[in-house]
Amino acid sequence: MSKSAKAIAIVALTALMPVPASAADKVGLGRVALPEEIKAWDIDVRPDGVGLPDGKGSVSDGEALFQTKCSSCHGEFGEGAGRWPVLAGGQGSLKSDRPEKTIGSFWPYTSTVYDYIHRAMPFGEAQSLSPDETYALTAYLMNLNDLVPSDFVLSKENFPKNLPNEKNFYDDDRETTEKAFWKKDPCMANCKERVEITNHARILDVTPDDQKDDKDQKPSAGVE
Amino acid sequence: MSEPVTLNRRRVLNLGIAGAGAAALTPALAAAQTPDPLIVEKQEWTQYLGEGVNAKPYGVPSKFEKEVVRREVEWLTASRQSSVSFTPLHALDGIITPNGLCFVRHHGGEAEIDPAKHRFMINGMVDKPLVFTMEDVKRMPGRVNRVYFLECAANSGMEWRGAQLNGCQFTHGMIHNVVYTGVPLKAFLNEAGVSPKGKWVLAEGADASAMTRSIPLEKAMDDCLVAWAMNGEALRPEQGYPLRLVVPGWEGNMWVKWLRRVEVGDQPWAQREETSKYTDLLADGRSRQHTFLMDAKSVVTNPSPQAPLKSKGPNVLSGVAWSGRGTIKRVDVSMDGGRNWRTARIEGPNFPRAMARFYVDFDWNGQELMLQSRAMDDSGYVQPTKDELRKYRGSNSIYHNNGIQTWLVRPDGSAENVEVS
Ligand code: HEC
Repeated sequence: MSKSAKAIAIVALTALMPVPASAADKVGLGRVALPEEIKAWDIDVRPDGVGLPDGKGSVSDGEALFQTKCSSCHGEFGEGAGRWPVLAGGQGSLKSDRPEKTIGSFWPYTSTVYDYIHRAMPFGEAQSLSPDETYALTAYLMNLNDLVPSDFVLSKENFPKNLPNEKNFYDDDRETTEKAFWKKDPCMANCKERVEITNHARILDVTPDDQKDDKDQKPSAGVE
Repeated sequence: MSEPVTLNRRRVLNLGIAGAGAAALTPALAAAQTPDPLIVEKQEWTQYLGEGVNAKPYGVPSKFEKEVVRREVEWLTASRQSSVSFTPLHALDGIITPNGLCFVRHHGGEAEIDPAKHRFMINGMVDKPLVFTMEDVKRMPGRVNRVYFLECAANSGMEWRGAQLNGCQFTHGMIHNVVYTGVPLKAFLNEAGVSPKGKWVLAEGADASAMTRSIPLEKAMDDCLVAWAMNGEALRPEQGYPLRLVVPGWEGNMWVKWLRRVEVGDQPWAQREETSKYTDLLADGRSRQHTFLMDAKSVVTNPSPQAPLKSKGPNVLSGVAWSGRGTIKRVDVSMDGGRNWRTARIEGPNFPRAMARFYVDFDWNGQELMLQSRAMDDSGYVQPTKDELRKYRGSNSIYHNNGIQTWLVRPDGSAENVEVS
């Protein structure tokens, strides 16, 4: 954000200078965005903290806010009410058959917690939280995930970058690790000796049209 | 399935077009016992006048097609505003998805935006941050029309741990393929003047989720479009009216709807939809990130569980194939669970990063079939089996399941989602 504001200042100066040759390539549509306009929309926060506003919030303030604004969906302790997202726990579950991906167990960066809550929560009343409230809620969720003590106060100054699982993310490497999928001549005839059915959808019986009596049967993986 | 039938089948297939070779299998033409009343009696639609030309100022499908609709699986998500509906692939043909049937995935409900109140901003590491009205956007030179598929990275995501949903609408219906009208994103970025330090852009929506995704600048300057029309008319509200981003070949979540802002920066923003979601958890507990590209994939849409076989004799197997890496070069079809394959006929326009339609004309004598299709693209990528995929990824990935689908067709013509060895 601050970068954009600087850019504006520079633009204001350069506007007085002679038109550079490259400006000839410009169509000249649109108008210059004002700093207030950029500030209103550019609310994103990056892992390195760029975009964090001034402010602070404590775990205990966060807890109070969470119980009034968030727990109806996410549960008192972030455990998720019904099918609403779980926000805490799941540590050590990522290799299991039922991984639980939460802020503490899965997310790589703290900034995402701040950014997302401020941008999109509470669900149905987005962008209603002040920076202090967002810091407090972020602090509370960190505490629920055993990342900070209960007397912790989170601010722009002490905002941590990485969450525990950060080291386990790496960039898409399909083109090297899955090289085997680039095949010259896929088999066309007698490719295997026998074919056996290993599993039927009907056994799980989660097809929408037959769901009358198994509404509460969850699929083993959801849409995310 | 008994061996003779398989041999029989192979013989028919090897003869190519079913017609000549299948003569021995084809029953003699049926003979009617009594005249068909639909022919010999006058029908009301033949005798009486129908509705006038403008009875429906915006046309809708025939009332006999009322089953052909998007459907949802209610229990998949806690809220209908952050949920998904599926394209009825089994009821469509050709390559273009009709606008009203394009699957929908929202994270904060459907924003309804008056185009007069929509603004599109370019900011961040640019010489001059800019704001455009919709009118400005449409005045930008360099307008293009492009056909692209849009597939949600979670398409087939429910199938990682085994066959689950009984219908290609639900297993494969998080995809659509339309022709977009818009202007390359590059035109807007050039207008603002991207700093040489710029490496990434962040696209942001104006909806109640303020959806954001980081996109490498290279892609943004390559083939991304800022689009306002699909299939010749304004975007549908559920597809981002009045403006959406088109990110050809890459996962649907990045195609930000209700696009209001593109910011230039020098590193990715690690937004919720590229960390908590849309990262691929592998068996070893590590996760791939920035898995933007959608690999080659295909599915037989007919027959399939929602579209059973009704008659023996000549039948048309149909399906769709697509690849985010380029153009579909070939699709093979197996009727015996992957033992033997034949190359299908790709029919109609076949564009890069768009859906292709394929057919196999075949003759069915009532035996059990295990139908599969295998897509290949011009990068040489061959669609893997589900087990091959699991070998590399385990089954916790949720996203990017492009494994080969199997439909079991029973002697009564009904079809079922299965997995085979
Ligand atoms: C009405 C129900 C509801 C309320 C109230 C609510 N949320 Fe949410 N929350 C959701 C839904 C639904 C999602 C997932 C949205 C999506 O899929 O895009 C979500 C997602 C989240 C996530 C991301 C979860 C993940 O694993 O990616 C966080 C963090 C979060 N909410 C925090 C909060 C906080 C903090 C509050 C209170 C200020 C709050 N929520 C209030 C429904 C709710």
